[in-house]
Amino acid sequence: MATLTRRDFIKWTGVGAGTLALSELGFDLAQAYSVRQTLRIAGATQAHSICPYCAVGCSLLAYTRKEADGTTRLLQIEGDPDSPVNEGRLCPKGATAMDLAISTRRVERPLYRAPGASTWQQVSWDFVLDKVAQNIKATRDRTFVTTDAAGNVVNRCEGLAFAGGAAFSSEEGYFATKVMRGLGAVYLEQQARV
Amino acid sequence: MTNHWRDIKNADLILINGANPAEAHPVGFQWFMRAKLDPARGPGNGGGAKMVHADPRFSRTSAVADIYVRIRTGTDVAYFGGLINYVLQNSLHHDEYVKHYTNASFIVKEGYGFKDGLFSGYDPQHRAYNIASWGYELDEKGFARRDLTLAHPRCVFQLMKAHYARYAPEMVSRITGIPQDDFMKIAKLVGEMGRPDKVMTIVYAVGLTHHTTGGQLIRSGAVLQLLLGNIGRPGGGMNAERGHANIQGNTDHAISWEILPGYLAIPAPGERTLDDYVKEKAPKKLDPNAWNFFGTNYRKFMVSLLKAWYGDAATKDNEFAFNYIPKPAGNSSWMSIFDQALRGKMEGVILSGMTATSIGPDSNQVLQALANLKWLVVMDAFPTTSSEFWHGPGMDPAKVQTEVFLLPCTHWIEKEGSFVNSGRWMQWKDQVIPPQGEARDDHLILADLFHRIKDLYQHDPHVGKFPDPILHLQMDYKDPLKPTLDEIAQEINGEDNVTEKRLSTFAALKDDGTTSAGDWIYTGSYPESGNLSKRREGVQDPEKNDPTGMGFYPRWAWSWPLNRRVMYNRASADLAGQPWDPKRPGIRWDGAQWTGDVPDYPPKMDPKDPKAWLPFIMTSEGTGRLFSATMADGPLPEHYEPVESPVENALHPGVSASPVAFLYDQAAGRPSRFGTPDEFPIIATTYRLTEHEHYITQQVERLVQLQPEAFVELPEGLAQEKSIKSGDMVRVRSKRGEIQVRAVVTRRLGQLDLGGKKVYQIGIPIHWGFVGVSADMFPEKSQHWLANMLTPFVGDANARTPEFKAFLVNVEKM
Repeated sequence: MATLTRRDFIKWTGVGAGTLALSELGFDLAQAYSVRQTLRIAGATQAHSICPYCAVGCSLLAYTRKEADGTTRLLQIEGDPDSPVNEGRLCPKGATAMDLAISTRRVERPLYRAPGASTWQQVSWDFVLDKVAQNIKATRDRTFVTTDAAGNVVNRCEGLAFAGGAAFSSEEGYFATKVMRGLGAVYLEQQARV
Repeated sequence: MTNHWRDIKNADLILINGANPAEAHPVGFQWFMRAKLDPARGPGNGGGAKMVHADPRFSRTSAVADIYVRIRTGTDVAYFGGLINYVLQNSLHHDEYVKHYTNASFIVKEGYGFKDGLFSGYDPQHRAYNIASWGYELDEKGFARRDLTLAHPRCVFQLMKAHYARYAPEMVSRITGIPQDDFMKIAKLVGEMGRPDKVMTIVYAVGLTHHTTGGQLIRSGAVLQLLLGNIGRPGGGMNAERGHANIQGNTDHAISWEILPGYLAIPAPGERTLDDYVKEKAPKKLDPNAWNFFGTNYRKFMVSLLKAWYGDAATKDNEFAFNYIPKPAGNSSWMSIFDQALRGKMEGVILSGMTATSIGPDSNQVLQALANLKWLVVMDAFPTTSSEFWHGPGMDPAKVQTEVFLLPCTHWIEKEGSFVNSGRWMQWKDQVIPPQGEARDDHLILADLFHRIKDLYQHDPHVGKFPDPILHLQMDYKDPLKPTLDEIAQEINGEDNVTEKRLSTFAALKDDGTTSAGDWIYTGSYPESGNLSKRREGVQDPEKNDPTGMGFYPRWAWSWPLNRRVMYNRASADLAGQPWDPKRPGIRWDGAQWTGDVPDYPPKMDPKDPKAWLPFIMTSEGTGRLFSATMADGPLPEHYEPVESPVENALHPGVSASPVAFLYDQAAGRPSRFGTPDEFPIIATTYRLTEHEHYITQQVERLVQLQPEAFVELPEGLAQEKSIKSGDMVRVRSKRGEIQVRAVVTRRLGQLDLGGKKVYQIGIPIHWGFVGVSADMFPEKSQHWLANMLTPFVGDANARTPEFKAFLVNVEKM
């Protein structure tokens, strides 16, 4: 790696910020890093992602490997050196994105808490989706206003609110707007205001 | 952002207000540092830039700024107003730009006025303005009268000059707490930025938006930028740093009560027909040379949206299903949701990736609101303070009758789709790994729910209320229960309904029902050639991929509108079409067409043609607005005190706080929850840390290790007065609630001198609560960590953005 450039160096070491410059070390660690990285991502599939935290929009490279049992293992997430936004660099949050991606703290199954109950119950998707659909319909029917006091057609549902979207994909957001407006929702909000 | 992250390196001067990019947007901050330090570019070429940071707290941003000033939180209108005054008094504005590219020459109606803190038209009973007197004087054709000499006493320029004459340096200092000498140093730097060969950027974040005067805080910066001729230029603009990966995309796609996708307004009840709606909502042309592009095409964008949503059920005969769109009775934003719940009128809330309990404001009140619901659905990858609210602080689960559902969702890396960054860049991401456990994508949950609801209406059509919009909502996907994000991205882009070919520009949209587009500002993102947000021609080959050398990288991802990287870029060139600064061109007229960035202008319109459009093609005036009748709290930004403030408004003590900020508790007949300075003499503000992002990172072990526990930053003087040392536990109280956290005593904060009155400001990071890794370690202590227990339930008069950033507290050692 005699002609190692800064960009190559970032590409090989994964994390730009926080890596010591070669001259400060007095010897060339790049070779060792590159070997270590090569081993870590050998035979891996490279995918493109974007950091899930703030809206700088740093590009990520994510490496996965298909295991013998058919599962996909996430090996590594690092900054993408090609991006005109981050040029490979990541902050402490982006650099630990692996810990958000794979976590033992995730909710893995639907949970239900009945009125007055002091614990969660693990339930099936069918159970929650049926119950929520019934709730939405009942609320919509109870609070839907077709014509207001002035005689205007307003076709709005007043007793239901949807809020969300800063963390999901744009296309999911568009779909949420479409479905919620379709139901007649007027209380619609996301993270921009708060 | 009008501009984008990489563009900040093109600036000569960077003003940072209400933001701490070095810590909150560290990787974006590299472009600020490159503007300062890049040895390859000298002054005027993007190197050698100066940075000014005005913030209540000295941070890592301040540490590398050329000038740091400690400003009282929420007083930035006075700061920018003082700069506007300095520029006007010394004639340092960009004269040609101001005359031709702003509404400085427009003449305002007789009857407009401003006196003792109130603009004309104030209605104290409704706490609102009748804005009729804020309009322009019109000629017989309905166009605004102008005076290009700027001498007319009622032209915007003269009105502004008079308005801001009150913002003299001593007044700025008295309001903001910034010493006059420091303010004058900044004024001198800013004053140079009206030269065509200089350019300044203003960067801000929620430190400006989260105030009762948030809209005007931002407008005051934008007005300054227009005066200096810096809007539309590379290295210039008004640039909001957004805090979450996809706030921008999901604002564009209108998960927001007052808009439909592409910033079309939600119809109001009186607008009975599509014609009424367009007449009321579409901006009207106010100058013969104004294109008024948005207003002119409003109907096309709306009809194309209705076709995307209602397909064959949207016909000319039923006005393209216009009446299927709900019409709100009034404000339905964030605080209104919880206000309605407190009034017992809201039955159910769905929260996706947002936790109301932590977000607040006034978390105690929000907890009560959640307990008033019949049902709450939380869609998230992790438990949140909202999914767990029923056993949160002060709650007795047995008494909480709310039915709660926690639906496990995939997060970003388990699904594809685009994120849109602060610079409007739509960047596609892959699905990298499969969902963990039984987690499902948010949109798949909504698709499934929607079909179950539709089934209920179909099976019993007589029982349900007005099922038509549900029965006809177009779900034209290969599998309607499982739409793919790729299919949705194509729907957003839109198509010609006859040829079924995807469109490459919103200029092709029609109002006769032959085109559809889910969000017109994204038309062109996914033309027949493919999804342009997947493009990856970046810095691996700068010569090829950045042909102008300005950092636009036009084939990296895609930015709205039409892949334009700097908005309003017609204003980057002079009347003849040549860049104000040839070293930093945005676009340029080469005699036959505009070259450079994607022009914000007809690509072949000769600027010398007397009929050529004015530069700001979206506005009614064709110009930028120094004076704007679109704001609820005044056509010119004016300083108002936060609702809780230790001082009276030095400009007009009789009207101290915003006279039009909406007071929810008062309107609902609930007791006041505002404190007074005798009981709560200390100013508090809230902020974020590098190691955390809002509340989600409480679930990430390594980040919790870096910042494990809630704390408050206290200035040394205050700590001494209260005998508090770093590490002590302290109680911080407001009228609404309290937190119990560790004290960090610091010189980063300090005392302010407000015209002789001495006040302290303290700083509270927002990230902790009773759910997460830290909360598991400290279950008792974490009950007292919600920073928004302290914040007031009041917001901006325009946007109803809550006041998270300026309120009163007291502090005591525990």
